[in-house]
Amino acid sequence: MSKPNPQDRKYSRDHEWARDENDGTATIGITDYAQEMLTDIVFVELPPVGKKVAQGAPVAVVESVKSVSDVYSPVSGEVIAVNSQLEDDPALVNQDAFGDGWIVRMRLEKPAEFGALLDAAAYELLISEEKH
Amino acid sequence: MKKTPLYEKHVALNAKIIDFGGWAMPVQYTNVIDEHKTTRTAATLFDICHMGEITVRGSQALDLLQLALTRNLQTQETGQIKLSALLTENGGIIDDLTVYKLAPDYYMLVTNATTCDRDWQWINALRKAREFDCTLENISDKTGKLDLQGPSACKILRTLTNCDLNNLQYYHFTELTLLGKPAIISRSGYTGEDGFEIYAPAAIIGDIWDRILTEGIIFGLKPAGLGARDTLRLEAGMLLNGQDMMEDVTPLEVPYGWLIDLDKEFIGAETLKALKLSGLKKKMVGLEVTGRGIARHGYKVFLGDREIGIVTSGTFAPTLNKAIGLAFVDIDCSAPDTEITIAIRDSRAPAKIVKLPFYKRNRLKTEG
Repeated sequence: MSKPNPQDRKYSRDHEWARDENDGTATIGITDYAQEMLTDIVFVELPPVGKKVAQGAPVAVVESVKSVSDVYSPVSGEVIAVNSQLEDDPALVNQDAFGDGWIVRMRLEKPAEFGALLDAAAYELLISEEKH
Repeated sequence: MKKTPLYEKHVALNAKIIDFGGWAMPVQYTNVIDEHKTTRTAATLFDICHMGEITVRGSQALDLLQLALTRNLQTQETGQIKLSALLTENGGIIDDLTVYKLAPDYYMLVTNATTCDRDWQWINALRKAREFDCTLENISDKTGKLDLQGPSACKILRTLTNCDLNNLQYYHFTELTLLGKPAIISRSGYTGEDGFEIYAPAAIIGDIWDRILTEGIIFGLKPAGLGARDTLRLEAGMLLNGQDMMEDVTPLEVPYGWLIDLDKEFIGAETLKALKLSGLKKKMVGLEVTGRGIARHGYKVFLGDREIGIVTSGTFAPTLNKAIGLAFVDIDCSAPDTEITIAIRDSRAPAKIVKLPFYKRNRLKTEG
């Protein structure tokens, strides 16, 4: 079973999470439900720091043994940090998708975009519908 | 989608089901890496009921197969298996299949799932055209097939039969009784590991599946899906028809030269002889990604700025812990150790051409 979706962040319909760090930046990753669907993640392609990404555009790529999946940025902004630990240990995304398996940190270009994302309850509803 | 007799069991085991050539098949039960490693270290059980079985019987069964298939079956013994290719007149591969010699006038062909109907029509048409005295029967629907693979496979299977499996040689089979019904067990598989392919009536294949899973628990046995089957076969340097080669590829261009016996007459032989004289343009090679990234089916291969080919199979290899693949490349760039690059999205990953197979089992690991 998936881990509970933390209340301290927002979610996209594409199964990414974004946590507002309250300093004009947000940390971004994929949800535990997403890593469970992908199963064994063996490679994460990270963007260069400084890359500007629009909301909904691919910001990274995660690959399982069998699949290649884009990670879509839930917000617009500039990449200010990447989780380089994932280069050596991509399975961190499987083990701790909401924590050590974070993918990028972005400087928010349009903070208002945050409001339109799903809260944990709405996201849970979305995945319970997908499961059936 | 078509379902095998084991479909409900896969659903009950929480398998992820995919469409494989029109069949609803389990791709994984837990995850591919776990199932892959379990095959290399203990044993796994695969539902392979989707593959095709065709019998050929009659005084001219051998004559028909000699004409239809690339391999010379004259020296094949009863109880022996031969891998062979079925070609078009142009030398293109319709299928790679195994030939089980049940008796001097009685053979079973084991075909790929997606090519079984095509093989059936092709061989039947040939039989009619040449008026060979033999009959063909497609027994795919009434035949169940399980693959039990891994170093502990022999120990597990011995709990179901008194048959002397220890002395069953690689690429040989035996006919026996399993759960009171006639069955065939061969020492063969598609993983690069020791193991067995088991054929039994579809009506009891579910009971055999359950028995093996139960008896196998103490040996660490798990069910495995097509995901692990694909990574295992690729590590072992085995080809997948329909992905690594289509009907426009000849056996000379892929590592199937050893299946060709040009000293006998068979369909496609003349084209292959001509091709040998004129020289090949492309060749299939193994590759290993030395930079970052995973080569996948359809990615382009470069030597410097020159595009030299395309990846046909590519994956992360769990046993080797690196990215490997098969690719068709220009023949002048196909030597081992050639440094190439693979176009992965908008960058190029360094890679090199390597000899096949990527993985070879340590035969001492096999537990008799």
